[in-house]
Amino acid sequence: MWDYTEKTKDHFLNPRNVGFIDDFDGIGEVGSLSCGDALKLTFKLGDDERIADAKFQTFGCASAIASSSALTEMIKGMTLQEAAKVTNDDIADYLGGLPKEKMHCSVMGRDAMEKAIAYYRGETEKKIEGEIVCECFGVSDVQIERAVRENGLTSIEDVTDYVKAGGGCENCHDKIQFIIDTVLGNTPRAAKKPEALTNIQKIKMIDATLEREIKPALNQDGGDIELVDVDGNRVMVKLRGTCASCSKSQITLKHYVETKLKELVSQDLVVEEV
Amino acid sequence: MKPIYMDNNATTRVAPEVVQEMLPYFSDLYGNPSSMHAFGGNVGAKLKAAREHVASLLGALPEEILFTSCGTESDSTAIHAAIRAHPEKKHIITTRVEHPAVKNLGEHLAKNGYRVTFVPVDRQGRLDLDYLYKKLSDDTAIVSVMWANNETGTIFPVEEIAKTVRERGIVFHTDAVQAVGKIPIDMADSAIDMLSISGHKLHAPKGIGVLYIRKGTKFAPFLMGGHQEGGRRAGTENSASIIGMGRAAQLVMEYMDDENTRVRALRDKLETELLKRVPNSMVNGDPENRLPNTTSVAFEFIEGEGILLLMDQYGICASSGSACTSGSLEPSHVLRAMGVPFTAAHGSIRYSLSIYNTEEEIDFVIDKMPPIIERLRQMSPFWQQAQKAS
Repeated sequence: MWDYTEKTKDHFLNPRNVGFIDDFDGIGEVGSLSCGDALKLTFKLGDDERIADAKFQTFGCASAIASSSALTEMIKGMTLQEAAKVTNDDIADYLGGLPKEKMHCSVMGRDAMEKAIAYYRGETEKKIEGEIVCECFGVSDVQIERAVRENGLTSIEDVTDYVKAGGGCENCHDKIQFIIDTVLGNTPRAAKKPEALTNIQKIKMIDATLEREIKPALNQDGGDIELVDVDGNRVMVKLRGTCASCSKSQITLKHYVETKLKELVSQDLVVEEV
Repeated sequence: MKPIYMDNNATTRVAPEVVQEMLPYFSDLYGNPSSMHAFGGNVGAKLKAAREHVASLLGALPEEILFTSCGTESDSTAIHAAIRAHPEKKHIITTRVEHPAVKNLGEHLAKNGYRVTFVPVDRQGRLDLDYLYKKLSDDTAIVSVMWANNETGTIFPVEEIAKTVRERGIVFHTDAVQAVGKIPIDMADSAIDMLSISGHKLHAPKGIGVLYIRKGTKFAPFLMGGHQEGGRRAGTENSASIIGMGRAAQLVMEYMDDENTRVRALRDKLETELLKRVPNSMVNGDPENRLPNTTSVAFEFIEGEGILLLMDQYGICASSGSACTSGSLEPSHVLRAMGVPFTAAHGSIRYSLSIYNTEEEIDFVIDKMPPIIERLRQMSPFWQQAQKAS
């Protein structure tokens, strides 16, 4: 069981400002179903240019709901300049602290606030800045760098706790470590690649593995596979024969082809059907 | 507030009869069962009886019963024994939905020189048996498939798998932690070579496990040292717990009928009523081949942690497959392996009953759940979206 403060429990059990303002001035949506949490924040300004009302809808755990509730309470009465300065730490502090593993809930509140203000100011939805580092949760290098800088994070686990990056397949851990090292001013250690392959070597090995290990197995079932392209660690393939129409083809692809290629060529490979 | 305990796949109440049986061995009867004097020897005799009770629950011989400290130790012992007995073989087969005791060991071995095949399951959680059979090879040291899944209650055809595996001369192990005591098991008429049990899942205390090892199975001990357990597991016996395990084995035999009739009917009532009263809810797992005490119900568009905390307000204890409660950021590996959509996986609640549950408790839960789900859905942007769309 999580060690939630009384105030967090209170904001979960008696959430303030649940709902949606139909004639909102600003709206910010962050997160998704696949991420496991999401927040839709709306606010309305009063004549005095201060936030007169704020409402939220949240999908997520107790601390996500409590963080959203806290945020709406905090920003009421604030000017947008003031609201823009609310940090994720402020939200966590308001609740008397959050378990470390739940800090991403407060970050979600901050992000929704920023988006809602940007909407009000007519700034077109900013494309995700930077380059996606964590594919599982769609987190960019810019977001990770900001979380590290603002919260003084020093480890990959810290980054996962705050922005979720690295909490899925773990393939991006080297990149996250690189960002942490860069921010902390350490000499980034060379990404460890015990068996660094050149592109040509990699493609040759993938092709050989498909021919030798994978095709014969698929052929047994009347199926076949063709290598289309290799881009970095993305291996693009086409399924043929019975595989092409088989409802289990995605399972075959991920759990057989990908596993086999990871095992025999490189742990970093990801297989995609094109 | 008295807890309404529906989390028996996590752990069970120690049966009062078991507690009674154990108590003297914490106080007056503290002798070492291996001692020459009668004071210790009497404890030894009691352990012998406990071993016979467990053997009788499994239709096994007493010498096929090894006492361990938990289900995890039994699993680890079995798998390590098989790979050490066949050092030339470098392949292991298990499934994608095992308990971490086997899954994480498999992943560890995969990084240490073994090829490990994780057999996939379909949307109902049923194993792809053809896939498993195709993977059997002369290089396979052991096949380990759980008897019943802890999260969904899905029962796997391990007897059938064991027969095919034996024909190939390969060792077969099953983690039967959730199955023993709930479904009849007869090792005398089985091709299973090794089977793991955990005491605290069947009303014995925590800290006691059993590994069944078929006579003649090649074995190498995991813990080395003294001669206890016939030299197969060193360390002074956990006398009180072994005695408790023996009593629990007797009790679950008595209760198995109740488990499969009354408890099953309670589970069915709970499940049917929840599905009827809560829109956008569904059952995870194989509806046909399922433990009588387990139901995993997915409530769409909300997150499990919130559900559990609101249930906790009423003292209702259950588990969730959601990310927030698993301590990781992704929903349970079992639900993901089954391809349960994210809309449902995050809001999955597992109710696991025992013989101690009553109809009043079931009615109470049926009554309290719909408003809990409704309350969280009112807060969920996805529920609002889904409502608008329909």
